[in-house]
Amino acid sequence: MSAPLSTDVLIIGAGPAGLTAAASLAPHLAGEVLVLEREAEAGGIPRHSDHPGYGIRDLKTFVSGPAYARRLTARALKAGARVQTQAMVTGWAGARTVEVTSPAGRQRIAARAIVLATGARERPRAARLVPGDRPAGVYTTGQLQNLVHLQHARPGHRAVIVGAELVSWSAAVTLRAAHCQPVLMTSAYDKPESYAAFTVPGRLALRLPVATRTRIARIIGEGRVRAVELEHLDTGARRTVECDTVVFTGDWIPDNELARAVGLEMDPHTRGPLVDTAQVTSDPGVFAIGNLTHPVDTADVAALDGRAVASHVLRYLSEGASAGSTETRVVPGENLLWISPGRINNSAAPPRGRLLSWPRRHVSVPTVTVRQDGTTLVSRRIPWPASPGRVFRIPSSLLDSAPDGATVTVDIA
Amino acid sequence: MTGTVTYDVAVIGAGLVGSAIARELAGHQLSVVSVEARADVGDGTSKANTAILHTGFDAKPGTLESRLVRRGHRLLGEYAGQVGIPVERSGALLVAWTPEELQALPGLGAKARQNGYDRSRIIGADQVYRELPHLGPGALGALTVPDESITCTWTTTLALATEARRRGGELLLNARVYGIDAADTGGNTGGDTGGQATILHTTAGDVRARYVVNAAGLGCDTVDQLFGYERFTVTPRRGELLVFDKQARPLTDRIVLPVPSRLGKGILVSPTIYGNIMLGPTAEDLPDKTATGTSEAGFEFLRRKGERIIPALLREEVTASYAGLRAAIDRDDYLIDADHGRGYVLVGGIRSTGLTACMAVAEHVRDLLGDGGLKLTPRADLPDPPRMPNIGENFTRPYQDEARIAGDPAYGRIVCFCERVTAGEIRDAYRSTIPPRDLNGLRRRTRAMNGRCQGFYCGAEVMALADRRGDLTSAGRTGPESR
Repeated sequence: MSAPLSTDVLIIGAGPAGLTAAASLAPHLAGEVLVLEREAEAGGIPRHSDHPGYGIRDLKTFVSGPAYARRLTARALKAGARVQTQAMVTGWAGARTVEVTSPAGRQRIAARAIVLATGARERPRAARLVPGDRPAGVYTTGQLQNLVHLQHARPGHRAVIVGAELVSWSAAVTLRAAHCQPVLMTSAYDKPESYAAFTVPGRLALRLPVATRTRIARIIGEGRVRAVELEHLDTGARRTVECDTVVFTGDWIPDNELARAVGLEMDPHTRGPLVDTAQVTSDPGVFAIGNLTHPVDTADVAALDGRAVASHVLRYLSEGASAGSTETRVVPGENLLWISPGRINNSAAPPRGRLLSWPRRHVSVPTVTVRQDGTTLVSRRIPWPASPGRVFRIPSSLLDSAPDGATVTVDIA
Repeated sequence: MTGTVTYDVAVIGAGLVGSAIARELAGHQLSVVSVEARADVGDGTSKANTAILHTGFDAKPGTLESRLVRRGHRLLGEYAGQVGIPVERSGALLVAWTPEELQALPGLGAKARQNGYDRSRIIGADQVYRELPHLGPGALGALTVPDESITCTWTTTLALATEARRRGGELLLNARVYGIDAADTGGNTGGDTGGQATILHTTAGDVRARYVVNAAGLGCDTVDQLFGYERFTVTPRRGELLVFDKQARPLTDRIVLPVPSRLGKGILVSPTIYGNIMLGPTAEDLPDKTATGTSEAGFEFLRRKGERIIPALLREEVTASYAGLRAAIDRDDYLIDADHGRGYVLVGGIRSTGLTACMAVAEHVRDLLGDGGLKLTPRADLPDPPRMPNIGENFTRPYQDEARIAGDPAYGRIVCFCERVTAGEIRDAYRSTIPPRDLNGLRRRTRAMNGRCQGFYCGAEVMALADRRGDLTSAGRTGPESR
């Protein structure tokens, strides 16, 4: 392979986080900010979520996913960043040198700093170990939305949606738009995981029943899905629901391949790279942002990660390794699945001054506790509910009283 | 084709064994047709083979299987190099977990030598853990089999079937044989079956041939009955497999085999040629020859076994689960038998070793047909063997090939991100001698959509390309701008 090309900052992934990081960095750098995107268009997952609700926190607007994707792309380009699509980083050729395949060729690209913004995906059926036949008609929301919005294909006629998270309702909207009737949503929890505010109108608008405390036990159908077998988690009772389409929603996992491949320290809870509050990974020149580090929050929150990382990257480029880094870990207590960032950096609060976490259960009026060395440092009531289908945001100021050193455990009750 | 042509040989079944036989016979001055019930080659038991190229160390000495596996190991090894079937010599360890199993190892070593394989050694627990640092606790020792290799069953079937076609063999798909009749060919076709031929009634029309080879896999007992025999029953034995994410691949470089016991062969952990780790198969006898579903009990069993063999494996993501049906019969050897009077050869009881043995089985069947009077004149004008697209992870793939991308940018356009499959490869699959008939056929030829996202990112794009049969020129891409 020919000598590596070089760039100042390489951003991997042109979703909301990566594009916003590019737009925020480019005006402040003499050198190049290069964004590599493996898909044919920049914009990431909002590209195929063709319903409004995007850009609220970052752009103070309320637009559709595709419109939001276009706007973020335009902002990055206008700021002077270079965005290359159909360019996939396939591996590493060194600590900060990547291997890239695109129709233009196979190249190595070396960067002074790298920002990983590779996002997250939904666990497909196989990873959830759902047994049964293996017919066509089984999708994730991502595949469904690609199919409907980008390829204009029709999924089926009657769908069961597995999961009742925010994204699950997005799947319901997509199915409706494609004239495929969602007939049932299933949730392992005792109530639908998504915002109550969304669920009520959601149920009304879509007239979609939610089977709670229910898991999908089997898929039935030769060639094409014919039915699913559902099991009630408490009674063990089973029933069969006829459908020709099954959509597995939520249950996110970061697209962590590049992070793991280069040996970055991983967060066992998020399964993304471990980052500190300055969004630095275990390699001081490699940053990680967006849903790669918190699977998943909304697109605008991912975008604001991108805005926040700019100053950390600029400081790294001028001063080298971050001065405020510590070894103090932040880990989830038993009622949280994960918490992010997972390490404290004394030079920076996390983006928006929030720790992001994923509850394991519903708590209407949660009390957040911060423990260290067996001592409860903080116990604070938070005026917003915790729900297992969406991120629970915790003011990072609650960690301020924790001295460097021992692991900090954050929990809700 | 109905009624007009009389083939010299019809081979029922275009799996590994049937395709190898068709290829071998088509290398002679013979007209050959493959009659396949399904819509694609290798779509039955062959597709879910564990894809290990066996040395035959554990076969029952003196059996036909032992002989054909040993010979097949060499033949397929050489053929793989010629046509580009990926093979990795990973080696295997038979790990003993109990004193009984440890005591069984010397006997297995002796059996290996009887089978003509003398490179097995017994190693102690320390050495086992040096070779397999992620192995669960409690291993007492192991028998090494350094020449067991991993390969790609899909490419193997496709290579054999492709070469059979290029040698002039015909391939009839969606042709399930449901009846047979004897026919008079008028005595002008060589006369070595006394002018007799067999008419196969198939769902794609009648096929007339002087000789018939039954390599129908799971269906070979049914076909055998059509010829009036009642000599064996195929019991579909379901084997469920879990395929773990490529990120699990560092956990083992070797095939980890169980010590066989009265209870069967047990569960193995093996790297796959695609860079994953495979755990399985279960073994469950079923009455239903179409029961290729997976089960809760199977998953639970595999997880429990896997946890013991390599505990860290269970912390990795599962990329895919499969259930394949093996054609188990109630005897300890292959059942290959010629009825010279009727020009009929049964190739039955070919279990998972059939991948390794298939080319040797083909030679054996050729010789049986020759013994029965079929005139075997090798052709001097054979085309070169095909060169198969590489889908093995540890050999250069198009997305890594700078020169190839420079020559054709379609090889730089990665469509399936997890498996790094390019638009060029998908196009090529549709232009190949035996193009895919559906998405699963495309998956077996290219690995597209076989990765960890199972279509989350690429599914729609791959399906759209499949709908256009790999055509990259039309309509190509749609995006927000074009809406």
